[in-house]
Amino acid sequence: MVLTLNHFLALAAVVFVTGMAGFVVRRNAIVMLMCIELMLSAVNIVFAAFARHHGDAGGHVFVLMNFAVAAAEAAIGLAILVEIYRRRRTVDVDELKSLME
Amino acid sequence: MPFITDHILSWVTFLPLAGALLLWTVVRREGPARWLALGVALADFVLSLHLWFHFDAATGVDQFVERVAWLADGRISYHLGMDGISLMLVMLTTFLGPLVILSTWRAITDRVAEFLGFVLLLQAAMLGTFFARDMLLFYVFWEAMLIPMYFIIGVWGGQRRLYAAVKFFIFTMVGSVFMLVGIIYLYFQAGSMDLAAFLALDLPRQAQLWLFAAFFLAFAIKVPLFPLHTWLPDAHVEAPTAGSVILAGVLLKMGTYGMLRFAMPLFPEGVTTFAPAISVLAVIGIIYGALVALVQPDVKKLVAYSSVSHLGFAVLGLFSLTPLGVAGSLYQMLAHGLSTGALFLLVGVIYERRHTREISEFGGLAHGMPVYATIFLITTLASIGLPGMAGFVAEFMILFGTFDSATLVHGRLLAVLAATGVVLGAIYMLWMYQRVFFGRRDNPKNEGLADLSGRELAVLLPLVLFMFWLGVRPGLVLDRIEASVAHVMAPLAAQGMTPPVHGASLEIPAVELPDGQGRFVFAKPEMR
Amino acid sequence: MHSPVQESLVQESLLRWIVLLPLLGAAINGLLNRRLARPVVGAIACGSVGLSFVLSVVAFARLASLPAEARLLTDIVGSWIVYGPLRVDLGFALDPLSAVMALVVTGVGFLIHIYSLGYMSHDKGFARFFTYLNLFIFAMMTLVLGENLLMLFVGWEGVGLCSYLLISFWFNEEANAIAGKKAFVVNRVGDFGFLLGIFLLGATLLPHLGAGEGLFSFRTMQHHANVLAPAATAIALLLFVGATGKSAQIPLYIWLPDAMAGPTPVSALIHAATMVTAGVYMIARMNFLYVLSPTAMQVVAIVGAATALLAATIAMTQNDIKKVLAYSTVSQLGYMMLACGVGAFAAGIFHVMTHAFFKALLFLGSGSVIHAMSGEQDMRVMGGLHRKLPVTFWTFLAGTFAIAGVFPLAGFFSKDEILWKTFSSDVGGVPLYAIAFLVAGLTAFYMMRLVVLTFHGENRASAEVRHHIHESPWTMTLPLVVLAVLSVVGGWIGWPAFLGGSNHFEHWLAPVFASGGHGAAAAGHGAEALAHGAAAAHGGGHGEVALERGLAAASLVWGLLGLSLGFLVYSRRTKVADSMRNLAGGWPYRVLLNKYYVDEAYDGAILRPGFRLSKTVLWKGIDAGVIDGLLVNGTALVVAVVGSLLRLMQNGLVRFYAWSFSVGVAVFVVYLSLRG
Repeated sequence: MVLTLNHFLALAAVVFVTGMAGFVVRRNAIVMLMCIELMLSAVNIVFAAFARHHGDAGGHVFVLMNFAVAAAEAAIGLAILVEIYRRRRTVDVDELKSLME
Repeated sequence: MPFITDHILSWVTFLPLAGALLLWTVVRREGPARWLALGVALADFVLSLHLWFHFDAATGVDQFVERVAWLADGRISYHLGMDGISLMLVMLTTFLGPLVILSTWRAITDRVAEFLGFVLLLQAAMLGTFFARDMLLFYVFWEAMLIPMYFIIGVWGGQRRLYAAVKFFIFTMVGSVFMLVGIIYLYFQAGSMDLAAFLALDLPRQAQLWLFAAFFLAFAIKVPLFPLHTWLPDAHVEAPTAGSVILAGVLLKMGTYGMLRFAMPLFPEGVTTFAPAISVLAVIGIIYGALVALVQPDVKKLVAYSSVSHLGFAVLGLFSLTPLGVAGSLYQMLAHGLSTGALFLLVGVIYERRHTREISEFGGLAHGMPVYATIFLITTLASIGLPGMAGFVAEFMILFGTFDSATLVHGRLLAVLAATGVVLGAIYMLWMYQRVFFGRRDNPKNEGLADLSGRELAVLLPLVLFMFWLGVRPGLVLDRIEASVAHVMAPLAAQGMTPPVHGASLEIPAVELPDGQGRFVFAKPEMR
Repeated sequence: MHSPVQESLVQESLLRWIVLLPLLGAAINGLLNRRLARPVVGAIACGSVGLSFVLSVVAFARLASLPAEARLLTDIVGSWIVYGPLRVDLGFALDPLSAVMALVVTGVGFLIHIYSLGYMSHDKGFARFFTYLNLFIFAMMTLVLGENLLMLFVGWEGVGLCSYLLISFWFNEEANAIAGKKAFVVNRVGDFGFLLGIFLLGATLLPHLGAGEGLFSFRTMQHHANVLAPAATAIALLLFVGATGKSAQIPLYIWLPDAMAGPTPVSALIHAATMVTAGVYMIARMNFLYVLSPTAMQVVAIVGAATALLAATIAMTQNDIKKVLAYSTVSQLGYMMLACGVGAFAAGIFHVMTHAFFKALLFLGSGSVIHAMSGEQDMRVMGGLHRKLPVTFWTFLAGTFAIAGVFPLAGFFSKDEILWKTFSSDVGGVPLYAIAFLVAGLTAFYMMRLVVLTFHGENRASAEVRHHIHESPWTMTLPLVVLAVLSVVGGWIGWPAFLGGSNHFEHWLAPVFASGGHGAAAAGHGAEALAHGAAAAHGGGHGEVALERGLAAASLVWGLLGLSLGFLVYSRRTKVADSMRNLAGGWPYRVLLNKYYVDEAYDGAILRPGFRLSKTVLWKGIDAGVIDGLLVNGTALVVAVVGSLLRLMQNGLVRFYAWSFSVGVAVFVVYLSLRG
């Protein structure tokens, strides 16, 4: 079987939808963070696939940059969650709505 | 000092801003802050005298021009200039500046440095608005005026200050936004923000109508023109005295100035189309403002409504589309700045002593305060346009211009109706004067009130002097604005000032943007 | 910068000082006020006006030394409003007409200043009073000597202001302040018409103006009178509206009786002798315009006659001594208007002059009485004052005979001339003559009533007041005597031809009123009326002389009859007076006593509805209700409602946001793909 661009795109779509579904469905903030990572990964797959397809290294550069952003984002997100957990003793996002107004 | 005189407009504009920054950062103590503010305002006045004496009255083109490329490869520039029209309003602003600051000596005791800083910032913004010859620069100054005024009313105002401040802000903002849209449209047409480039455009009729409407709305709210005036009484009543003086003295003139500087020369077709309707609104404003002023129980509100009436005259003069009417309108701006500014100062004087402005609280004040009563009377007479005082020259020129207007349909009828405003003016002002100053002093609280202090006299006398001076020697102003008014009105004159074609339907002009000039492209992504 | 026309004129810098000296006096007294001793204040005030009078005499002499057709001195101080084609100078001009007025104003003004020294000697506002009085002379002289119509208007408004200040001089009483305001506002209503007249005149004239010509300059207007012809009626009538305000004619006369709230010298100077005649002066000044419009002339004549009659009837019933004189003034002003209306401008101005003498005298006399009666003005408690106040009584009597038109006192000549010109003109004719004739008799009657009630019989005042009655000091009696002499001999300069005189007065003014014919003839309008006037001026044929003599005799007898009746009814047959009051159930009397309820009518028809409209409809209704309530706050309400709906979406649930986001993206993607 020859792996075509479409295969990669299909994989990316599956990963992305999984991440999105998880983000929407789950209430645990840590799981939601992981879902965000999944979506980012999906994007990375697309970038890499297109880079390969066009023979243009620009896509790979974006993938690397995405890694950095994702890492930073995960670090900050987890830090905030830890702090929230210390104060509220919960990471259930449905309970965290004091920013409503 | 070429260092200063080469960039005189910038100096005049930004000196108050520098003063404001000093007040907010370094000079925080009350006493030094007051003297610093006064000194800066006086220095600014002295600087502006240079403009007065070196102004060439023979020409209507901008003088003392400064132009530096600013943004977008120089399509937007820092472009200042001054003609006779700007000169007059600038002189009014810098003249009122020190007087306003002097008037706050006792009235403002809370956060003095901040207050004075805002006053100076406001002055800088107003001066910039009068000098700006680049539309973006103009808009920046125009909006910058809102902020200090918002704080002056909202922080140092009376009981309902927040309501008044927000109302003022939103009213003005709504109008400005439409103007901004108009400016951006014109920018794409002209490829430059420069006023001269805008003037060089040959816009289709439909575009002119819409653009005129957008610009006019912004200015009409500022004037304020009936029926957009309801923010004014609230703002005046709640604003501290100094705020009211600046508001009445200069800020309201921004509206009429804007009409004269931008709306009229840029969109001659729009002007001739809408002039009949606008002049009717102006006349309604004159009579309506006067009648409503008649029944106000609060002195300050009465004066506020009288402003609506007086500025109705100014708008009427502009849209008489005669040089005489336009010059009269400009004169009215000055006369109103002096007389109404002085009236607000005078109301402030009594408010400081009695902490009320209800007419019914007063009576017989002429007994204990003869000097105050005399100056109040002179100002009252100036306000109702007694011949020999500034207001008469203005009203005469406006009414005569309107009466003689060839462009305005029903010009004569409008002049007749507007002239009733002169009668009504006498009624409401003198009736108020009678109730406040004449009769017995039967309210014990009115006894033992101190007459004007030396400082208060120093604030009021220059105003009184100019009320007379401008009444007897109007040539002082008229000689300097004649060429400029002709210059500004040249596009209208070129248009032949033909009466508008009736029945023309309003259609949205087709907006055709030239490609590639920074427009927001929302093209379909092309998949390969 | 002067035009060739102006350069040919005789420049006379004296004129500005006639005007400015009183202003200087006012400025000094006004600024230094209480820091000056009373005698100093008095000296400055009287001195400045006296000097002004002397200068007027000098200027008059210079004018008289010129040949009749060249009698014009001008003094252009500078330009005032110059913009484009509009040019109005700041300048003064003296011609025979303004010379007469200048002499009367400064002369009578000076006498009244002297009188006020005594009358106001106890008043706290001594300096303030003289400041206003000097200011008034300044304004009045600006009005009289103004070189153009706009300068005249400056003076016109200025005298109105001084009138306002002086009526409400004793502002402690609310009523005085209200009277002052009424005077100013009613005058402003008149000025509204005046201003429109100026606009119409200016707009008509502007396109025809030569280079450098002042738009409203009297010379220019006269020069171009022919272009004014098409609009003459409208302009003349609009200007006349102004005159009805200032000269207290129907329908704007209502302020003058109330104006008596001011100190009596003010009533004499402003509200009898000078300011109120400004309307007459203005019409005489604009005679070249009025002769172009027979319609306007007709209106002026009718209004004048009607006012004369209306005011005379009211004067018969009033009990306040000053009110009687006030209505008498309104009535006499009606006479002057009538004269102008029938084209007898010279006669009108002649009456302005003689009236200034005797009415100032009568008012000052009444002031002397009021002074003696400790401020009492009601004639019902006076009486018998002729013994205690001999000077006042005799001079007052001279004034009364003068106003009643007794030969050979001043009033006879001017009044008779008006009657004759009315009779002999087409505009006037028999109907207006009949009214004027009737009024002459009424005038004699009510004046005698006033004299009898005040000076005759027994004093009806309280013992307290009676005890204080005394003749006034010399500062007050001297002006009375001077004015009494003038009231007797002042008319002799207008001794008419039919009695063997040569009417110097009319000849003096002839150049002013003849030159109007120039434009009129050119325009082809009103030339006939003018020719008629000219014929009348020269006395006409032999038959006319006999007729004129006959009518003069009749009016003399009629006046004497009125005087005698007045004397008899109020001194001997008081029952007749009672029965007159109760005539026809007493309602005619009540109507007259209440001045035909005109004030009440204005109040109910205009003022009250106006206030109600302003307050309930405009302010509370439109301003607060519709604009602020409905439109402004309505908009705010809509925004608030929309906002609160949108607020429901912001529920703080992150997963809800995520859902919305996902759905939104999905919809967008689907849309884009479908769109192709």
